[in-house]
Amino acid sequence: MIGPSMIGSVAIEAVQMGFVLLAAPGLVGIVRAVKARLLRREGPPLIQPYRQLARLLGKEVVLAHNASWLFRTAPYLILALTWAAASVVPTFSTHIIFARLGDLIVITALLGAARFLLALAGLDIGTSFGGIGASREVMFASLAEPAMLMIVVTLAIAAGSTQLSSIAAFMLSPALGLRISLAFALIALGIVALAENGRIPFDNPATHLELTMVHEAMVLEYSGRHLAMIELAAALKLLLMISIIVCIFFPFGLGGMGAAGFLTGLASYAAKLGIAAVLLGIFEVSIAKMRIFRVPELLGAGLMLGLLATLLLYVSRSL
Amino acid sequence: MGLGFDIAHMLAGLMVLASLLLLYQDRLTALINVLRLHGLILALAVAWQAHIQSAPELFVSAAIALLVKALVIPGALDRIVERLGIHRSVETVGGIGLTMFAGMALVALSLRVMLPVTAGADPVSRQDIALALSVVLIGLLVMVTRRNALGQVAGFLSLENGIDLAAAGARGMPLVVELSVAFSVLIAFIVIGIFLFRIRERFDTVDLAALEAFRGERR
Repeated sequence: MIGPSMIGSVAIEAVQMGFVLLAAPGLVGIVRAVKARLLRREGPPLIQPYRQLARLLGKEVVLAHNASWLFRTAPYLILALTWAAASVVPTFSTHIIFARLGDLIVITALLGAARFLLALAGLDIGTSFGGIGASREVMFASLAEPAMLMIVVTLAIAAGSTQLSSIAAFMLSPALGLRISLAFALIALGIVALAENGRIPFDNPATHLELTMVHEAMVLEYSGRHLAMIELAAALKLLLMISIIVCIFFPFGLGGMGAAGFLTGLASYAAKLGIAAVLLGIFEVSIAKMRIFRVPELLGAGLMLGLLATLLLYVSRSL
Repeated sequence: MGLGFDIAHMLAGLMVLASLLLLYQDRLTALINVLRLHGLILALAVAWQAHIQSAPELFVSAAIALLVKALVIPGALDRIVERLGIHRSVETVGGIGLTMFAGMALVALSLRVMLPVTAGADPVSRQDIALALSVVLIGLLVMVTRRNALGQVAGFLSLENGIDLAAAGARGMPLVVELSVAFSVLIAFIVIGIFLFRIRERFDTVDLAALEAFRGERR
């Protein structure tokens, strides 16, 4: 593939990194607005998450006495790791300079590292909420990650690569046809994405009820700019998971060349993000949160779908 | 190979998925709904085979599958559940996670066994037969893991659906055989239904553990 020059790739990468950081709170705003409208509430304006972040950045930080250096540095590291993961996904163009690094295993590892830091920060202060949130988060993760890796295996066998840009190119090729394995992988990836982001069947991002919260329990002690970093990282993670799904399964408009190609890529990416946010909002109002002890069953179903997708690949066209 | 293969593969794969769902469900009404879905997918799969093999007699098989396996039998099962008044959970032996993995292992096993054996055959029937064997094996697993007699009936019926799928993939079976199999399934179903009520009359439950205790097999 003949791409643009080195400088061009760097410029595209810079546009992408800026775009994802700017778009992430907006995405959360759209999901909230859709949910509010469906519940016949007025709801906050779309720019509310931005205002919230600006406000938090201006506030002073309240730290517990026994907070260690880990508690203070974790928010920045979490944001940095999540942003790094978002920078390697080909969102609107495959010609970003980090496309070579855009590997599903790399992304899983970066997200795993961010989660590890978050769980440590939750435990650091020593409050009971932090502990309960951290233990639940790690429990979900221990079930979601095998499912994610199973999906990676499926895609790797089908496309012959774990690199996102190669997978997207494979998905765009006309020889693809109709594949049941990929449909299963899509459903499984959807389940994993919901679990990773603590969306509704797993965790309610809008609640502060002690018995149910997971992510909110871990970050309960954060305030000021630290909380802003954590919230931005959470929004970025939502955008990242949507971007991965979109890049793998709906890579239309990706890989265009020249200024016009990039503009169509950017426009279609924005449209895809908007559609995904609306769908997520509709999905979240139509189902209830699961009991925490039923979560392993749903994630197990995700793992099973990934496994079945892999098995079914062996009886597909390669026969 | 093209879309014809892809759709046949998709329908057979969906049938395996429905079988695994059957393994996963722990409520009787949901179990019967999944069985209905299983029959419906079978009818679609057989109809598609009829279309790509241009074998009109297979359309009759599809119609029988739709009528008997997707409408009549699940409807009758619903009636039985209603009459017995058992809308409660099905007890399963072992955890759901363990049985699911056993089910996946059976799918892998049937692919491992069937693909080398059918090496020279037409790919459409190859994948159909391999997946049909896994549907049959999962049906047996459902029968093994359920303590409730109705759960075992659901397993038996899904097993029969698997045999039907295999027959459709292998250039169809003669209509006489098809009719007699459908008929015998109906008869078996009636016999099982009568037995269910007899068991219930005698032991006040359809949990087969009660039968085992009666025969002195347990404690």
